[in-house]
Amino acid sequence: MDDVIRIRSLVKSFGRTRALDGVDLTVTRGEVHGFLGPNGAGKSTTIRVLLGLLRKDAGEVSLLGRDPWRDAVPLHRRLAYVPGDVHLWPNLTGGEAIDLLGELRGRADRHRRDELVERFQLDPTKKCSTYSKGNRQKVAMVAGLAADVELFLLDEPTSGLDPLMETVFQDVVRQMRDDGATVLLSSHILAEAEALCDRISIIREGRVVETGTLAELRHLTRTSVHVTTQHPVTDLATLPGVSAVIADDDRSAQLEVESAQLGTVIEHLGPRGVVSLTCSPPTLEELFLRHYGTELNGRHRRDELVTAGTAGSEES
Amino acid sequence: MTTLTGTTRLIRLGLRRDRILLPTWIVAIAGLAGATVASYTAMMSDAAQRLATATYAAGNPIARLMDGPASGTDLGAMSMVESYQVLAILTALMSAQAVVRHTRQDEETGRAELLGSAVVGRHARLSAALAIALGANVVLGLAVAGALVASDLGLTGALASGLAVAGVGWVFAGIAAIAAQVFATARGANAAVGAALGAAFLLRGVGDVLGHVADSGVQVISAWPSWLSPIGWGQQVRPFQEDNWWIAGLFVGLTVALASVAFALAGHRDVGAGMVPARTGPAYAAPALGSNLGLAWRLQRGTLLTWLGGLVALTAVFASVADSAEDLVAENDQLTEILARLAPQGTVVDLYFTLTMAIIGIAAAGYTVQVLLRMRAEETTGRLEPVLATAVHRRAWMGRHVTIAFVGTAAILALSGLAGGVVYGAMTGRWADGINGLVAAGLANAAAALALGGFVVAAFGLVPRWAGALAWSALTASLVVGQLGALLELPQTVLNLSPFTHVPAIPAEAFSATPVLILLGVAAALTAVGMLAFRHRDAGAVA
Repeated sequence: MDDVIRIRSLVKSFGRTRALDGVDLTVTRGEVHGFLGPNGAGKSTTIRVLLGLLRKDAGEVSLLGRDPWRDAVPLHRRLAYVPGDVHLWPNLTGGEAIDLLGELRGRADRHRRDELVERFQLDPTKKCSTYSKGNRQKVAMVAGLAADVELFLLDEPTSGLDPLMETVFQDVVRQMRDDGATVLLSSHILAEAEALCDRISIIREGRVVETGTLAELRHLTRTSVHVTTQHPVTDLATLPGVSAVIADDDRSAQLEVESAQLGTVIEHLGPRGVVSLTCSPPTLEELFLRHYGTELNGRHRRDELVTAGTAGSEES
Repeated sequence: MTTLTGTTRLIRLGLRRDRILLPTWIVAIAGLAGATVASYTAMMSDAAQRLATATYAAGNPIARLMDGPASGTDLGAMSMVESYQVLAILTALMSAQAVVRHTRQDEETGRAELLGSAVVGRHARLSAALAIALGANVVLGLAVAGALVASDLGLTGALASGLAVAGVGWVFAGIAAIAAQVFATARGANAAVGAALGAAFLLRGVGDVLGHVADSGVQVISAWPSWLSPIGWGQQVRPFQEDNWWIAGLFVGLTVALASVAFALAGHRDVGAGMVPARTGPAYAAPALGSNLGLAWRLQRGTLLTWLGGLVALTAVFASVADSAEDLVAENDQLTEILARLAPQGTVVDLYFTLTMAIIGIAAAGYTVQVLLRMRAEETTGRLEPVLATAVHRRAWMGRHVTIAFVGTAAILALSGLAGGVVYGAMTGRWADGINGLVAAGLANAAAALALGGFVVAAFGLVPRWAGALAWSALTASLVVGQLGALLELPQTVLNLSPFTHVPAIPAEAFSATPVLILLGVAAALTAVGMLAFRHRDAGAVA
């Protein structure tokens, strides 16, 4: 398995804002890699560096074995990009925009393009100025996904799509993976990542804080356990790796257990006569909240500031 | 809740957004008015000299075209005749841009939708935009009057001058209000205002050339076309001579009429839409769109054709009055003598063509700047990113836009010259004089427009955030230097900063290759710097 994307200690600043603060990311051939993080965490900036649109300040970036800044054009023939915030030329039709982007890349597949237009239920004869956000998104989606390339960089590609189209998108991505393509999927829709991704990297404040398969990530975190016993259990909180114990009474409790310590806890509960036991593995959302919980409490405002800074720069 | 609910709040928002831009315009225009008067006063201290100059200005069709109708020998009146046209053009631009910025541009960017969902009446945005623009013009008028009074001119005439300036601003605010309803993009609305401005300039120019000298010998009675132009009205105020206050009625009446039409149009369309309904188009792109110049050409061709049509028409009309200009001069021995001294190697018509093409040249630079800044617009709106994410090299993308800008500029100027030459040839039979003279003058001016274009390219590459401001400032500065530089007695080093200063005065003088080659060299060098810088900088909306 070779690395399609290999990023080490990538740093990128805009003025005084350090948007990327030592990102490490590895995407291997043939995988669908989820790139998760809230707005302003650095997902789009990382992808723009990979596209050679932004110049890195420090670190190593290798895309398909080459330098994305120096070899942008030859690399772009081998990849397709779908942005999350799509702006199109108001006086071109959707169909024209799709063909234009396809031909500029040089590997347009007319048959696949028509098939995707059909599946996404897009009317390609309308002017781009009359499209809604979701339809503009579909134009970029068809233009990108119709490409016959080995790597897809998808930057929050489904923002603005309705749930029906979301399903179509997931089918298309699975099919692409089956055909051997590599996909970097940036998203903040956790269900989407959970459904599609082989591996996941979580980015926070310009750093990748967690990376691995969903199973690995789960292993690192806590499982919620709800237990009812015949005999009283009172010493749960003293066990290693146990936290957040909420006792309903002395025979029933909810607790969180570090996944690695689950065995110890079960052994401890055994002699107490377990009546019922429910173990729920953490959802991706919980994994996510574990890293972002502090921000949700409002203690970290940096991400919002970064987002506001980007929006403010769109002067005419 | 009425259709005007929320207007006051929107005015405050608009003033907050414009807190630097509008004061800059106002100070610059009023400062320019004060500076020209001060220079003129210093130059024309003696009454005999003023009489000679006014007589010359009244009799000389070229002076009538370039400046306006002579209005007596009063110092204030003469200096306003000299400077009014530039002041009026700048004021019209300030005013129209303010209206478009707060109406159509807001709709285009989706800001209007956000505002429209708040407690804001249907007409509130347009009302607020007009209130800001009309108010800014009142302030500007007073500022101009203040600047003139500060230069020791009388209060009444100074106020009349302020009226003449502000009145044009009012009318163009009204024109912009209509354009913002009709056209679906701010670009389109601004282009329409530009066309109206060109027409206003043209009508009064023709009217003044075709007018006649009053018995006093120092005043031009303009022909009817001048009265069709708001710039013409401003000149007919004749501040410091007649102080025709009743013309304020024309300004106000037309502004009210234009604004009423705009409000009526605004009431009959959807937010975000223009008056022309969007049609469907091809489901597949023609192969040409993805080809070499394809997208750039598709984006820029409308701009090119509009400017081409406008400037070809303008040059043709100027050329059509060249013959009458010649006759007028021929009747006046003294004038013939002065002009012969100005252009010892050429004829009166040659001098006329030289000055005409100098105006067309700087107007064509407006096309150059607009096309080149489209690159920045593509970048800030996020449309550049998906293109650069394909196998398009940055150099190639930029090269296409630069090619369309540069080749287009040369084509506009050559074809304008050709059109003028053909019209002149058809009217006089002197085909060679007209065509050779005007085409050569057009191409010489193209070199200067390209040098300015090179500056824009360099700014786009090196300091993208400032490219727009730098580009339009450079163009405005070139206009002011070209029209008023000599009058302001600016030092030669300042005059030399405008590329148009270096254009050889053909056909009035012999062609000289050196300055043209230097201008082209500067254009090439700056373009190379800009393209190199763009290759090495961040690209996209964040850059």
